[in-house]
Amino acid sequence: MKVGRVVGTVVSTISAPAFEGRRLLLCDLLDASGRPDGSYLICVDTVGSGAGESVLIVDEGNSARQVIGMPSAPVRAIVVGVVDQFTADGEVVLQEG
Amino acid sequence: MQLARVTGTVVASTKADGLEGVKFLLVQPLDRHEQPQGSPVVAADGVHMAGPGELVYIVGAREASLALPNTFVPVDHAVVGIVDAVEELR
Repeated sequence: MKVGRVVGTVVSTISAPAFEGRRLLLCDLLDASGRPDGSYLICVDTVGSGAGESVLIVDEGNSARQVIGMPSAPVRAIVVGVVDQFTADGEVVLQEG
Repeated sequence: MQLARVTGTVVASTKADGLEGVKFLLVQPLDRHEQPQGSPVVAADGVHMAGPGELVYIVGAREASLALPNTFVPVDHAVVGIVDAVEELR
């Protein structure tokens, strides 16, 4: 899993059926110091996360399909949690609220 | 999943079984500011509507073939949606 930050949404009307009615989030991936590492993922939201929030991302198809309950969906990256706190090397890197 | 720009089409009349009728697109993966990132890839068209110039999102690996009618075929990238807008949140 990866930690990311929600920086935008992707709006799409024409898509594979599995994406219909789902919110797509543009998420920057964060490094161990909590800063964007330059990469990003488009993720299906499953927890109702919003702008600026730090989130837990799964980038693996089997898990993604299991969470959204569609065994043959062409979905790979999903947001599965909202991060409250993130520590690395004994230091608090990220603290929400 | 990643953003990509469709830059062309690829036609192959001889191909692996199961790929008959599958349209292939040449796509350039983009960073989140829609600037080219990395090398172009050939992606199967999972929405049957994408064409050159369009902004799309693609899925890689095993999930790519799940976007096609026959889901056990040798493809490693597929277009799974056409992007209307990328809305940056503040």
